[in-house]
Amino acid sequence: MLLHLTDEQEFVRDTTSKFLGNEAPVSDVRKLRDNPDGFDRSYWRRGAELGWTSFLVRPNAGGGSVSGRGLIDLTLIAHEFGRNAAPGPLLPTNLVAAALGWSATESNAAESNATEILPGLLDGTEIATWCYEEHPGRRLADIELEVNVDGQEVVINGSKRPVEAAGQASHLLVTGRTGPGLTQVIVPAGAPGVTITPMDSVDLTRRFYMVKFANVRLPFKSVLGGPGEAGPQVERLVRHALVLQCAESVGAMERGFEMTVEWGFDRYSFGRPLASYQALKHRFADMKSWLEAGHAISDAAADAVESDSDDAAELASAAKAFVGHYGGEVLQDCVQIHGGIGVTFEHDLHLFLRRLTVNRMVYGTPAEHRQRLADLAFPEGAL
Amino acid sequence: MTVDGIEDVESFRRRARNWISTNLEPRSNRPQARLGIVQNEDDDLAAIARERDIQRQLFEAGLAGVCVSPEYGGQGLTRAHQQALNEELCGYEYPSRIQVPTFSPCASVLLEFGTDAQKRAHLPAILRGEELWMQLLSEPSGGSDVAAALTTAVRDGDEWVLNGSKIWTTGAWWSDWGLCLARTNWDVPKHRGLTVFILPLHQPGIEIHRIEMLNGDKEFCQEFLTDVRVPDSDRIGEVDEGWTVGVRWMFHERMLYNSPLVTRPPDSGQGGGVMRPVAQVARDSGLSEDRLVRDLVGEARMLEIVESRLLERISAGIRSGTMSDQSSAIGRLFHGVAAARTRTISCEVAGSAGAAWTNDDGEAAGAGIEFVMRQASCIGGGTTEMARNVISERVLGMPRERTPDRDTPFRDVPRSASAGSRRDN
Ligand SMILES: Cc1cc2nc3c(=O)[nH]c(=O)nc-3n(C[C@H](O)[C@H](O)[C@H](O)COP(=O)(O)OP(=O)(O)OC[C@H]3O[C@@H](n4cnc5c(N)ncnc54)[C@H](O)[C@@H]3O)c2cc1C
Repeated sequence: MLLHLTDEQEFVRDTTSKFLGNEAPVSDVRKLRDNPDGFDRSYWRRGAELGWTSFLVRPNAGGGSVSGRGLIDLTLIAHEFGRNAAPGPLLPTNLVAAALGWSATESNAAESNATEILPGLLDGTEIATWCYEEHPGRRLADIELEVNVDGQEVVINGSKRPVEAAGQASHLLVTGRTGPGLTQVIVPAGAPGVTITPMDSVDLTRRFYMVKFANVRLPFKSVLGGPGEAGPQVERLVRHALVLQCAESVGAMERGFEMTVEWGFDRYSFGRPLASYQALKHRFADMKSWLEAGHAISDAAADAVESDSDDAAELASAAKAFVGHYGGEVLQDCVQIHGGIGVTFEHDLHLFLRRLTVNRMVYGTPAEHRQRLADLAFPEGAL
Repeated sequence: MTVDGIEDVESFRRRARNWISTNLEPRSNRPQARLGIVQNEDDDLAAIARERDIQRQLFEAGLAGVCVSPEYGGQGLTRAHQQALNEELCGYEYPSRIQVPTFSPCASVLLEFGTDAQKRAHLPAILRGEELWMQLLSEPSGGSDVAAALTTAVRDGDEWVLNGSKIWTTGAWWSDWGLCLARTNWDVPKHRGLTVFILPLHQPGIEIHRIEMLNGDKEFCQEFLTDVRVPDSDRIGEVDEGWTVGVRWMFHERMLYNSPLVTRPPDSGQGGGVMRPVAQVARDSGLSEDRLVRDLVGEARMLEIVESRLLERISAGIRSGTMSDQSSAIGRLFHGVAAARTRTISCEVAGSAGAAWTNDDGEAAGAGIEFVMRQASCIGGGTTEMARNVISERVLGMPRERTPDRDTPFRDVPRSASAGSRRDN
């Protein structure tokens, strides 16, 4: 998280931190394991009042940020979500709100999409999610789902997985291919031909689904922007996803690390605290350096993506590659230093490890993002 | 154009760009592929002479000592100006060997602790490329425990007489001045009996021996000091208060990649060292299409990007007081480990061309030699173990290691298993 916040940003961060501490204490997160939605609707609506869903949307579309740089403000919320392993569809709802807001100015049709759907997302009464990734093991950008234009309609065929909160969403933003280009379509979750099947997952509060589209027909106005022209917007959305994910993962890393430092002081072995053993002190030092590096790179990525600067793609992938990998190293070492209790369900540590683990593998693994960095390092050609 | 009487960054940048493009040569990217032993002294000296020359020209063009006060020959500008100069130097030759340790930590220490006379005597000369400085910290008896220095300074009227030996001094044989930590009191605990001096390196009482390193460089030196006389006016800081200076000295050393005094184009390689751009190694070894190799290239690039952002964060945190000075050890640790990993990657990517090469192997040649020297990044400038001690004990507040020498007069501290516990002095 940023080292230096404005007073307003600090207020927003602090409000969310306190809200999460009261409304979704870490001790309660475990109970949500058996809740089919993974979060409580009224909790989400009250969170929305704190701005959780508004920062990426312009004020004239009903949104608004604290600093004028909405993505940066939203990373503060994501950071707190990570620190609390908090429930709620923060990432998917914000991504869809952002995409609707961006395209609202492009045409009347897009404007009407935005005016119909955005208010519910902004006030927290509705949830939306992004259907982007397809086959595990394929590269992030390999999209096969087809969106074909048929007169005044578009027809969607294909499947997406994993899709967070699809079972809770009223609307799905679907990325598909129209010829060589990408198309984004807004699909009501209940549209005929849409099947949403729950998947099992690592996180206790995040729900993931497989979503299938079989000849789903929608009016042409459901397309955001032009068919085949969504490539740049999709890339921008992916970068936003990476930035938010990393901010959240760093929050999870930070909390797990703090718990482990405290444990290092409290736990005694052979008559002295664990924190007095150099072998362990040195591992704490390594973890601290990775944690600070995680903060630094995810803030740098947020800044670049928010300003859409030339190095945005590179920084976003560097952040994901680093935080994904080293976040895992830090939290696993935290488990190790906890000993037996570290692998029990009763202890809180795993809540952060679960969050990190999911974030590590969705929207491209660290390996995938190292490939992206290599593609950028070899301007002569991506593989 | 000026703002509040200060040249604005953009016009400074343009001025720098124009000057650089007319006066400097493109940086040669010729790999220094050699068989690991052939090291031509004349070539080295010519390179140093060229760097001094560039430094003098930068000075005359008003581009040296960007953040140093005009009183001492600098430009009195800001970090942002230095950053602009660094960026404009991308792709061009620059006086790389003069930056560290001359500008930082040495000039940083002079600025912080030197008397006005000392600053006037040395800073303009440093900015003109006339004085290259070295740090005389480590000794044969130990480098991590810097405060256990055995080199002794004894007062004689207005002079001090120094005896002892310093070692691992990079580039002392072609340098002019040294910053030296010496023991002035053996009857107090180690931290309370040290004093810092400055001294010319080439003088009758100092014998400099060059030491060959694993890559064939003979930049390492050992100096033997025999009755070296130093005027008291060349003392830095108070008598027996050398540790106060030493702590800041080592701080500046850890922060050198972010020092506003150091000129370092961002494309000069990780940490300003000689790190080969791993992507180029992959191209030259013909493996840039290989997926495994691309994974490694991506990792190296990730480490490079993350390191530079981490150093910026720490430097900003320390400047604003949200992080303690001790946090500089976080950057030092990350740099050492990341550089070592990058050398391993480079080796992997170079394939057999890193083991045996011809002049046609480009950047891939020499990757093996760099791997052999890999740990240098984790040893020079204080080891990564020492950085881990500082982070855990000073940043995280964990219990200090047991140090039996802390409250013992230094004379009585055991100094090695073989030499017995006492030493005549
Ligand atoms: C490329 C390079 C350039 C250098 N340039 C200079 C220079 O210009 N001037 C200069 O003065 N010195 C220079 N040095 C020397 C360097 O600072 C020392 O080598 C370093 O501080 C370690 O000291 P040492 O070699 O005596 O090892 P030692 O201090 O003997 O340490 C040996 C090993 O024990 C570990 N160790 C020691 N104490 C502890 C502890 N308390 N806890 C855990 N582990 C410990 C160390 O980390 C190391 O791994 C340079 C070194 C290199 C490699």
